[in-house]
Amino acid sequence: MLTTNLILVLVLLTNLKLLGSSRLGASIRVVAAQGMVLGLLPILAHWHELSLHFALLAVGTIAIKGVVFPWFLFRAIREADIGREIEPYVGYAASLATGAVALGVSFWVCTKLPIPENIASPWLAPVSFFSIFAGLFLIVSRKRAVNQVLGFLVLENGIYTFGVGVAARTPFLVEVGVLLDVFVAVFVMGITIFHINREFDHINTARLSVLKD
Amino acid sequence: MNATPFIPLLLALGLSPLLFGVINRTKAFFAGRRGPPLLQTYFDLWKLLQKGAVYSRTTTWLFRAGPILGLAAALTAAMLMPLGHFPALIAFPGDFLLLAGLLGVMRFFTVVAALDTGSSFEGMGASREVFFSALAEPALLVALVALARQADNLSLSTMLGVVSGAHWQHSGPVLVLLVIALMIVLLAENARIPVDDPNTHLELTMIHEVMVLDHGGPDLAFILYGAGLKLWLFAALIVGMVLPKTGNVWPDLGLALGGILVVAVMVGVIESIMARLRLVIVPQLLVGAGALAAVAFLLGLA
Repeated sequence: MLTTNLILVLVLLTNLKLLGSSRLGASIRVVAAQGMVLGLLPILAHWHELSLHFALLAVGTIAIKGVVFPWFLFRAIREADIGREIEPYVGYAASLATGAVALGVSFWVCTKLPIPENIASPWLAPVSFFSIFAGLFLIVSRKRAVNQVLGFLVLENGIYTFGVGVAARTPFLVEVGVLLDVFVAVFVMGITIFHINREFDHINTARLSVLKD
Repeated sequence: MNATPFIPLLLALGLSPLLFGVINRTKAFFAGRRGPPLLQTYFDLWKLLQKGAVYSRTTTWLFRAGPILGLAAALTAAMLMPLGHFPALIAFPGDFLLLAGLLGVMRFFTVVAALDTGSSFEGMGASREVFFSALAEPALLVALVALARQADNLSLSTMLGVVSGAHWQHSGPVLVLLVIALMIVLLAENARIPVDDPNTHLELTMIHEVMVLDHGGPDLAFILYGAGLKLWLFAALIVGMVLPKTGNVWPDLGLALGGILVVAVMVGVIESIMARLRLVIVPQLLVGAGALAAVAFLLGLA
């Protein structure tokens, strides 16, 4: 219970850090740390009924979210030669304040939802909702494609948090399938970033939207 | 007459200048110097009180009233702060709002006195001080409300007496977040590194120090003493939350005093190992502290 809460607070803080961070490299590392911490969640949330299933899920999550994704994103920013600064539409302090409001909204939403009784922690549902909101906000409020990939990962982490904590009996195949989907998505996004960069000399999506046939 | 209600106030009055000595000694230790005596602030206060004051012809009564009213607000605030097992001299439900309000009054009069000099230099400092405190105050208030929520009580004396122990076991993360948020607010409100550098007299970096440049003699002594009290209040607030209570009166008091000194040492360590943040980064830090306090408040609700 306490360790689960600790992990949820860490996820919450990493989300806030992402909203307020101005460096791309730091953001990628924070997302990696969040993925690793979340990898421990299935083990700790189901400590009493620990099985090979959860252990494998944890190992797979940590490997893919904590090692493969950051490596891939760092490679993408190196090859596309992207600068270190994040260029946001919404400033960092304003993003943080929005984050705090989004957290309040997620806590409020979760009081209205029928949450199952045997949930691992009372904070689990609000924190996963907050991750989803933070991910969506990062996608719409940052100009660069790489940051939008990070937002997508945070969004997925939110869904994963909820899934792991609530549904103890999700079929193994489904979870591995979701992980694979995300992997493919990041893979495709990484290639797209590289190609956009080669065609247009920059990956600023704000300017892409002015392009017309 | 029973003297115990006066103990937290008397200790605050007597020992608050010592905190600056502890901070300076810690910084000196990190720099490999011997540093000024621990009691240097007392000597400074004594020296300043012996002097006369010089007033510019452009200033009005506001400039002379500023330091006195500021110190009066700080003294009133000190009456609201409990220590260890002793409740504060004045305690009533909702007194934590008065504490935040009195700190605001203290700052208001410092700012008004600074603006009264008509110097653009002091105006710049006043503008920065007000800007940063506008961001630090919500963090302080939300943190105090979260604390009240944890303790299920609206009076500082009970809040700080109840929290810790059992609360740390079932909602440790909430209290850790609150302590971090309050520590950032302490550094910002007391003009310490990484928000402000108390040592520089360089116009680009100064916030608090620039506002009191034109004060001298007893006025400066009042301001210095008020700053010491303010630091003591914040340290006592953090210590009241963190330290477990043994239940015995005197050991608890000793622990609380030791805790306050440890907070001063921590401030000194932070000043030694960190550089001052760029002015544009400071609002981010303060909004971050506010966000942490808000997180702690919401987690405490669930």
